[in-house]
Amino acid sequence: MFSKMTRLLWIGIVLVTLLALAACAPAPTPAPTAAPPTAAPKPAATTAPVATAAPQATTAPAPTAAPKAAEPKKLLLGFTASQTGAQQVASKKQIEGLQLWLDDVKKAGGIKLKDGTTYLPEIKFYDDESKTDRVQTLYTKLINEDKADFLLSPYSSTLVKAAAVVSEQNDKVMITAGAADDATMEQGFKKTFQLYTPASRYLTGAADALKKFVPTAKKVAIIYEKDSFSTSVANALQPYAKSIGFEVVLFEGYDTGTTDFAPFINKITAANPDAILGGGHFADGTTFSKQLFEKKVPIQFVAILVAPPEPTFKDIGDAALGIIGPSQWEPQVTFSAESAKAANLPYYGPSNKAFTDAYLAKYKESPSYHSAGGYAQGLVLQKAIEDADSVDPAKIVAALDKMNLMTFYGVIKFSTDAKTHGKQQAHGMVYMQWQKDSAGKLVTQIVWPLEAKSADAVLRK
Amino acid sequence: MNIEALIASSIDGLMLGFVFGLMAMGLTLIFGVMKVINLGHGPFIVMGMFAILVMSQLGINPYLGLVIVVLLGLLTGIVVYFVAVHRVINAPELTTLLATFSVNMILIGALTIIFSTSPRGLDLELPSFRTGAITVLGTRFVAVLVAVGVTIALYSFLYRTRTGKSIRAVANNRGAAELMGINSSWILALSFGIGTLLAMISGGLLATLFSFTVLSGGGLEVKSFVIVVLGGLGNPTGALFGGIIIGLLESITTIFIPVSWVPVFEFVVFVLILLFRPNGLFGAR
Repeated sequence: MFSKMTRLLWIGIVLVTLLALAACAPAPTPAPTAAPPTAAPKPAATTAPVATAAPQATTAPAPTAAPKAAEPKKLLLGFTASQTGAQQVASKKQIEGLQLWLDDVKKAGGIKLKDGTTYLPEIKFYDDESKTDRVQTLYTKLINEDKADFLLSPYSSTLVKAAAVVSEQNDKVMITAGAADDATMEQGFKKTFQLYTPASRYLTGAADALKKFVPTAKKVAIIYEKDSFSTSVANALQPYAKSIGFEVVLFEGYDTGTTDFAPFINKITAANPDAILGGGHFADGTTFSKQLFEKKVPIQFVAILVAPPEPTFKDIGDAALGIIGPSQWEPQVTFSAESAKAANLPYYGPSNKAFTDAYLAKYKESPSYHSAGGYAQGLVLQKAIEDADSVDPAKIVAALDKMNLMTFYGVIKFSTDAKTHGKQQAHGMVYMQWQKDSAGKLVTQIVWPLEAKSADAVLRK
Repeated sequence: MNIEALIASSIDGLMLGFVFGLMAMGLTLIFGVMKVINLGHGPFIVMGMFAILVMSQLGINPYLGLVIVVLLGLLTGIVVYFVAVHRVINAPELTTLLATFSVNMILIGALTIIFSTSPRGLDLELPSFRTGAITVLGTRFVAVLVAVGVTIALYSFLYRTRTGKSIRAVANNRGAAELMGINSSWILALSFGIGTLLAMISGGLLATLFSFTVLSGGGLEVKSFVIVVLGGLGNPTGALFGGIIIGLLESITTIFIPVSWVPVFEFVVFVLILLFRPNGLFGAR
C-alpha cells in the first residue's frame, strides 16, 4: 500500500513538474528566431530597433534627406532559414549576408521616404529544418500571425518553391535568393522576384569554358543530384552541351544523401569522358570531389554545383585543387560604379570591397555567394522601397518591375513577361576554381568569363 | 559493359561490405541475445563518427582513436542498457522498441546541439594502389582489416571465454542460464555494450571513408536492418555476409542500372527475403 502510494506520489511530482515547465515555456513551437543567428541569443523578434545613427558612406546606399524627430516605423521582413538539415551551411551564409545589410541600414538610419517617413527593417525567421512542409506552415504563420510586411526566401530551390506558393496565395511580395530553379519562376507569379541567375544558365558557361580550356575535349559526363534545382541545371546543360559539339556520354542522377560515390565514379571512368559537369549541393559535391581525387581519376576538367564556392570546400585539401564551380558572385568580381557607368546602368549599394571587408570583419571569414545573395535580397527591397517612395506592395511591385541596375552582386533586372514574371534576366554567373597560391595555400580564382578572370584556369592532373 | 569498371566496383563494394557487416553485427547481436530491436543503433553509429572526428581534431590518429571508441562504446552501451532497456526487458517488444526509440531521439537531439547538422569529414589520406582503372583505396583497405580483426576478436570472445559463453547461454535460454548461476542482468548489459561498441567502431570506420552529419545514422540504421534480415536476425556471421552481399549489390548494380534505382533494387531484395526466406539467407540458429 505504502509502495503504491509512494509511486503515485512520484508520478504526481513528475506530472506537476512537467506542467510547471510547460507553463514556463516561453513560446509555442516553432520558436521564432529574431536575433542574428551568429550573435548571442536575444529574446524576441520585436526588440526595439537600433537607434538611428549617421549613415556610413562605405556600406549604405545614399540615404535621402533625414527627417527630424520622426519616429521610425517598423518594417517586418519574414522568412524561414535552414538552421538544421541539409541546407544548413548555405542558409547560414545567406542569413549572415542579410544580417549585414540590416546592420548597414540601421547604421544609415533606416530606409527613408521623401516625406520624411523612416522605416527600420526587422527580421523574423523560423527554422524550417530544410523541410518543405515546415516551410509552408511557417510562411503561413509569418503572414497570418506575425503580419510580416514583406517576405524573403529560405535557401534552396525546393524550399523556395514551397514558400512561393504560400506567398503568392497570400498576395505577398517576396524577394528570393538561394533559388535558381527555372520552373518555379515560370508559373506566372505576380509578386515573387528572383535574384539568382536561373538554373538553366548555371553550367552552360562551364561548357563554354571547357571548349576554351580543353580544345580537344569531345565527351562530357553530366551527373546530378536528383532534386529540383540540380535536375533543372542538368536538363538545360545537356542540350546546350550537344549544341556546341560535345557528346554526352553519361547523363545520370543520383539520390540526395548519397555518400558512397566510388561505384558511380567507376561507371563515369568507364564512359571515358573528357570532363565531368553537374553535381548537386554541398555535402554530395564535397564527397564526390574527395572520392574523385582518392581514386585518382585523370579527368582534367571538373565543374560541379554549389560546393566549390563555399570557403569550407577547401577542408578536403588537395582534392579541391582544380575543381571549378559556378558562382552567383565571388569576392573578386569587378562590378563597380565605373563598370555600371560603362554599361549605362545606375549603381546602387555598397562597393564590392566594402561588402567583403565588412563581412570579413563581422564573421571572420570570406563571404560566399550565398552571403552576397542574402545581402542583395535586402538591398533590392530597400531600393524598391526608395524608388516606390512607399511600402505599398503594388507600388513596390511596380518599382521592382522597372528595376535595371548594377550592385556589388551584379546586374539585377526582372522579367515582366506574364508567364515568367519576376524571373531574373540580367544577372550572370562567374566560374571560380580552387588553385594554389605562391605559398601553396588553396585559394579561389575566377577563371571564366575571361573578361572577369582573376587568374588563368589550371587543368586537373 | 566495361569489365574493368565491374571489377573496380566489385572491389569497392566488397571492401565497404565488410564495414556494413560490422555495423549490422551490433544490431543483430543485441537482438540475438535479448530480443530487443535497437532503434538507437543509428545514433550509436553517428557517435562513433563524431568520436573519431573529435579525436582527430585533438591530434589523435583516427585508427588509434578506434581503441578509445571501443571503451567508449562499451561504456555507453552499458549505461544506456541500465537507463533505458533494463526495466522494460521483459515487457512486450513494442515497449523496448519505444524505449530505444527514445534513446535515438535523445541522442540525435544532443548531438545536433553539440555538433549541428553541418557536413563533417576527416582530413585523412592513405596511399592507394592503382592498376589500370582499378584503384584500391588505402582507407577502405584498412577499414577491411579492422572489420575482420574486430569480427575475429568478437568470435574469440564469444566462443573462447567464459563470459562469451555466458552471453551465448543467456541468448539460448535466459532462465536456464540464471539457474546455472549466470547473472543475466550483467550479461545483457554487456551484450548491449558490445552491440553498441560494434556500431560505434563501424561509425568510426565509415567516418574515415565518407563525409557525414549528425543525421547520417538514419540511412545507415535502415541499411543495417536490411543486412540483418538478409543475414538472419540474431546471427552475427550472417550479418557479416549480409553486409558483404549488400556492399557488392550496391556497387555492381550501379554499373548496370541508373544509380538512383539502386536503393529500390536493394529494398526489393529485402522484401523478397522477408517473403521467401524470413529467417534470412543464413538463418538464425
